[in-house]
Amino acid sequence: VSDFIGDWHALVVLVLAGVIPNQLWRMLGLWLGAELDEGSDLLMWVKAVATAILAGVIAQILVQPPGALAGVPAALRYGALAAGTVAFLLTRRSIFAGVACGEIFMLAGRWWLG
Amino acid sequence: MRLPPLDSPQWNSTFRAFAWGMAATSATILSAVLFVTYIGIGALAHAAQFSMLWAILATVLVWAGPAQIILITTLASGASIVQSAIAVTMTAVRLFPMVVAVLPMMRNEQTKRRHLVLVAHFTAVTLWVECYRFLPHVPREQRVAFIHGLGCGLMTIGLTATIIGYELAANLSQNLAAAILLLTPLAFLFSTARNSRTLADGLSLVLGLVFYPVASLMNSGLDILVSGVVAGTIAYGVHKWRDES
Repeated sequence: VSDFIGDWHALVVLVLAGVIPNQLWRMLGLWLGAELDEGSDLLMWVKAVATAILAGVIAQILVQPPGALAGVPAALRYGALAAGTVAFLLTRRSIFAGVACGEIFMLAGRWWLG
Repeated sequence: MRLPPLDSPQWNSTFRAFAWGMAATSATILSAVLFVTYIGIGALAHAAQFSMLWAILATVLVWAGPAQIILITTLASGASIVQSAIAVTMTAVRLFPMVVAVLPMMRNEQTKRRHLVLVAHFTAVTLWVECYRFLPHVPREQRVAFIHGLGCGLMTIGLTATIIGYELAANLSQNLAAAILLLTPLAFLFSTARNSRTLADGLSLVLGLVFYPVASLMNSGLDILVSGVVAGTIAYGVHKWRDES
C-alpha cells in the first residue's frame, strides 16, 4: 500500500506546483468569462489567440522534440507533418488519414535510414 | 455516431444527455490520441519514480497533458517547487481563453456559475475542440449535462491510460515511443484544422505554427505566449478588416 501512495511530501508538491498553478487559469476563465457574449469581439480575439497558442505547442513538439522523438532526424519530423497535411487535404479533411500518413512517413523513414 | 435530432424527446432527460456525452467519446480519434498521450504520461511518471497514486491524482486534478509532462520533467530534473509552478502556469494560460470560449456555448438564463465549475475543470484542448463539433447538435438546456458526460468519459480514458502506461513503463522501444510522441502534434493539428470555419480560425492556426519557431529564438520562457498572442491578434485583425471592407 505504501508503494501505491508513495511519499506524502510529493503529493503536497503536486498540489503546490501542479494543481494550483494549472487550475488558477480555469477558475479565472470561469470567473471573468461568465459575462462575455458568444459572438463578442473579445471572445473572437481570445479564441484566435487560444488557437495560435495550440499551434505553437504543436510546433514546439516538432522543433524541440521531447524524449524519444528527439532521436528522430528533423527532416523526418517536418516531413511527417508535410505528408500528413497532403493526405489530410487530399481526403477532404480526414483526421485519420492525416495522422496515419504522418506516422507511416516517420516510421518508414526511420526504417529506410536504418 | 449520430446524436438524436435537436427536437427529439430523448433530450428531455438530463441522464440521457449525460449518457450521450459519455458515448460521444467513442466517436472521435481524439479519444485514441488522449489514450496514447496518457500512456506516455503514465510511463513518464513511473520513470521519474512518482507513486501510482501521484500519477492518478495528477491526471484527475491537473487534467492537462502539457502541464503534467512539464511538472514531471521539471520536478524529476531537480527544479524547485516555484520553478515548476511557473513552468506549469505558463502552459496553463491557454486554458483561460478555452474556458472563456467554451462557457458561453452552454449558458442559458438558469445557469449559475457554480453549475459550470466542473465544465471549467474538464476543459482542456480535447474538450474544447469537441465542444465546437458536438454542441451545435445538443439542445442548449442539456449542454451542461452533455459536457459532464463527455468530460467524465474523456477522464476515464485518460485515467485508464495513465494506469496502463505506469505499469508498462519504459518497456517501449525507441521507435514506438517516438511514434507515440508524434501522435499528439499530428492529431491536434488536423482536428483543429478540421474544425476551422472562419478565416480567423485558419489564419491563427497557420500563423501560430510559423511564428513559434521564430519566437523560440528569443528563448524567453514566454515564447509560446508571445507567438500565440501575436499570431492570434494578426488573425483576428485580418478577419475584422475583411469583414469591414
